[in-house]
Amino acid sequence: MKKYIDTGKKDTRSGFGVGLLEAGKADARVVALTADLKGSLKMDAFAAEFPERFIQCGIAEANMVGAAAGLAITGKVPFIGSFAEFVTGRVYDQVRQEVAYGKTNVKIASSHAGITLGEDGATHQTMEDIALMRALPEMVVINPCDFNQTKNATIAAAKYVGPVYLRFGRPSVPNFTPENEEFVIGKAQVMNEGKDVTIVACGHLVWEALQAAEILEAEGICAEVINMATIKPLDEETLLTSAVKTKAVVVAEEHNMAGGLGEAVAGVFARALPTPVEFVNGKDLFGQTGTPSALMEAYGLDAQHIAAAARKVITRK
Amino acid sequence: MYSNEKLQEISTQVRRDILRMVCKAKSGHPGGSMSSTDILTALYFNVMKHDPATWTRDGKGQDMFILSAGHMTPVYYSVLSRAGYFPVEELGTFRTFGARLQGHPSIRKGLPGVFQASGSLGQGLSAACGLALGKKMDKDDNRVWCLCGDGESEEGQIWEAGMFAVFHKLDNLVAMTDWNGKQIDGPVSEVSGEGDLAAKWEAWGWNVIVAEGHDFDSIQQAFELAKAGKGSGKPTMILFKTEMGHGVDFMAGTHKWHGSVPKPEQLEDALKQLGETSLGDF
Repeated sequence: MKKYIDTGKKDTRSGFGVGLLEAGKADARVVALTADLKGSLKMDAFAAEFPERFIQCGIAEANMVGAAAGLAITGKVPFIGSFAEFVTGRVYDQVRQEVAYGKTNVKIASSHAGITLGEDGATHQTMEDIALMRALPEMVVINPCDFNQTKNATIAAAKYVGPVYLRFGRPSVPNFTPENEEFVIGKAQVMNEGKDVTIVACGHLVWEALQAAEILEAEGICAEVINMATIKPLDEETLLTSAVKTKAVVVAEEHNMAGGLGEAVAGVFARALPTPVEFVNGKDLFGQTGTPSALMEAYGLDAQHIAAAARKVITRK
Repeated sequence: MYSNEKLQEISTQVRRDILRMVCKAKSGHPGGSMSSTDILTALYFNVMKHDPATWTRDGKGQDMFILSAGHMTPVYYSVLSRAGYFPVEELGTFRTFGARLQGHPSIRKGLPGVFQASGSLGQGLSAACGLALGKKMDKDDNRVWCLCGDGESEEGQIWEAGMFAVFHKLDNLVAMTDWNGKQIDGPVSEVSGEGDLAAKWEAWGWNVIVAEGHDFDSIQQAFELAKAGKGSGKPTMILFKTEMGHGVDFMAGTHKWHGSVPKPEQLEDALKQLGETSLGDF
């Protein structure tokens, strides 16, 4: 199978920080807002380079969403940044009214998503954010797989006209995609071609999916791996083309079983190409305190669990 | 500059429009619309720098307005149409399927004059802060105006915005509160512990002006004071003391007409009390 090299673990939020600075250099309309999380969101470099375009909002996320919408109406391209829970669940109505329904060109930079936030525990570990954002009409939902792709997706989000939800995380994860590959919103990437099973993943679980494919290869199972970085709009064509070939699908995501990538993918197959699907996700559970790797294992999100789901779904063909 | 007499005539017509709109639609919010009628009439006809003919959503080169208390669409739409943003006849489509005059302000139907969706209370002042900050960044010397309700000010986000506007020195922002003392469930004093709004806004660091919201001299004076606030480094809040349902005796001073529609005979009585104007009904 195609080999991917981890060029050194890096946190995806730092990819956002680098992408934000690049987007800011390319377009003077780009502004950044945070609710007392400049450092956590890696906005320091942008704030240092463009102090007049960096807006500190204090711990007041609801107002930050509205202020960003107002800035967007005047022609700015605002990125609002906070922890995933605090730019989705905490301000769901503000995002719905001011950004989505108000059709304002606001980019929601959502860091520390999922259980791999780690030690802070369940109050800060949202596993429901993709579901919330997917449900909003016209909202673009992106969960890139590594540092490089987060950087490139940030640049793409700045160029795209309309609301974007950009999800990334806190821990360092393998960095394996090209440094300067253009991110195309709505286009999935076939990371490895296979014929026996399709593994669809988003976020850093794409790396786990590739590891799972290597485990399966040793068993004589040839897995196709799809990086579905854009969850909405979903690249249905790539999904269907793959499933016509493999006739079995696994979907892996660091998210609750409800409303995430898994249900989005299953919806496509239920409608267009009935296909057995197995799900690797956070089930219907809250997170808890622990190291990211301990939590990944405990919640069944690592390569071993993806491989097991692949073996199972193949028996259902 | 319109005279007080002319403003009064426009206000009377706007109140006629409000009542006829909600009666035709058999839904809507006449009470707060009638308490803020005189404020918005003076604002759009005598104070704001705006031009319906060149209006764009980005508000470049003009003043901008956000109706934070989004349920007051009857007064908002009437004033916008009377100021020339769209044909007066369109008021008859209020709250009907496919209309640009949605129940609460929407930017999705292409209605000129509306900068942002509103109606989920407490959010418009934040959007207005963003507009004001955007104007400052663009060195656009015009102002941003925002109308809130006193009931609406129970929302915590209003106070988040209050803090933000001071911190970012948004002296091009003028917020107004339709201080009618009523909300859906009854008098504000019996529904919440909102208390003394003037003291609260002063404590946040705003320029605070208290004015009589049905007296055009007082309204005009408040607007002039507010405009003079630019350069002070502080945002301005005008607390307009008003009466819900003002202008019609059986509607005035009670919360019961917040979202209720007059019966046909009540409408006839109300229109007779208001009297006809030279502007004519829609």
